[in-house]
Amino acid sequence: MLATRALSLVGKRAISTSICVRGGHGVAKVDDYALPAYFDRRENPLPDVQFVTELNAVQKSLKEKEKGSWATLSNEEKIALYHISFKQSFAEMNEGTKEWKSVIAGMFFFIGMTGLVVLWQRKFVYGPVPPTFESEWKEKEVQRMLDMRINPVEGFSAKWDYENKEWKK
Amino acid sequence: MSLAKPAMRGLLGKRLRFHLPIAFALSVVAAAAFKYGVTEPRKQAYADFYKQYDATKEFNNMREAGIFESVRPTGK
Repeated sequence: MLATRALSLVGKRAISTSICVRGGHGVAKVDDYALPAYFDRRENPLPDVQFVTELNAVQKSLKEKEKGSWATLSNEEKIALYHISFKQSFAEMNEGTKEWKSVIAGMFFFIGMTGLVVLWQRKFVYGPVPPTFESEWKEKEVQRMLDMRINPVEGFSAKWDYENKEWKK
Repeated sequence: MSLAKPAMRGLLGKRLRFHLPIAFALSVVAAAAFKYGVTEPRKQAYADFYKQYDATKEFNNMREAGIFESVRPTGK
């Protein structure tokens, strides 16, 4: 109880960077991955922390100059300030990778493997096709369809010339 | 390094004002193309087929071919 009261008095930023004292049991080490991190993301344009955490002397003086009027900053200084806070520009972070080549290559590879498996199946797994696929059967089937006048207006029988008993040219 | 301020509002409205008339026009074109490319020729094909259609003759041809079970071909 006392510890939580004490923690609420400390600033929000300080909680994450200070050590956690819970119930008098001791100190919990805060790992790096648990702290706010910097990342370049289009969806999240303002990350939780700056990119450069420890400023050198030049950068510190630049930050002091930033507190004044921005009109006095030159273009190079503005770019330097940007690079203190951010790592990549939007143009840099949005550019595509060459990953699609690997993706297409992987696709072709696995399609090829599947083709080999299918060929092996055709030879060693499947039995013979039914007799309805033989040429004789198919001829009788077509003749019966023509006799029944299947689709005589625009489809199957429409293409058969009944007078000359041949397919229409 | 002073860029113009980008448009902040009315983006959807602008897009709709541009794309909706085009979409409407293309839909009408697609419908008209289907009507005059597919349905009208089909209606005409059916009309032409049945103009010269003799049902009795066709029935007798089918009967002779032996596909019916209720009437066998003549002479059997």
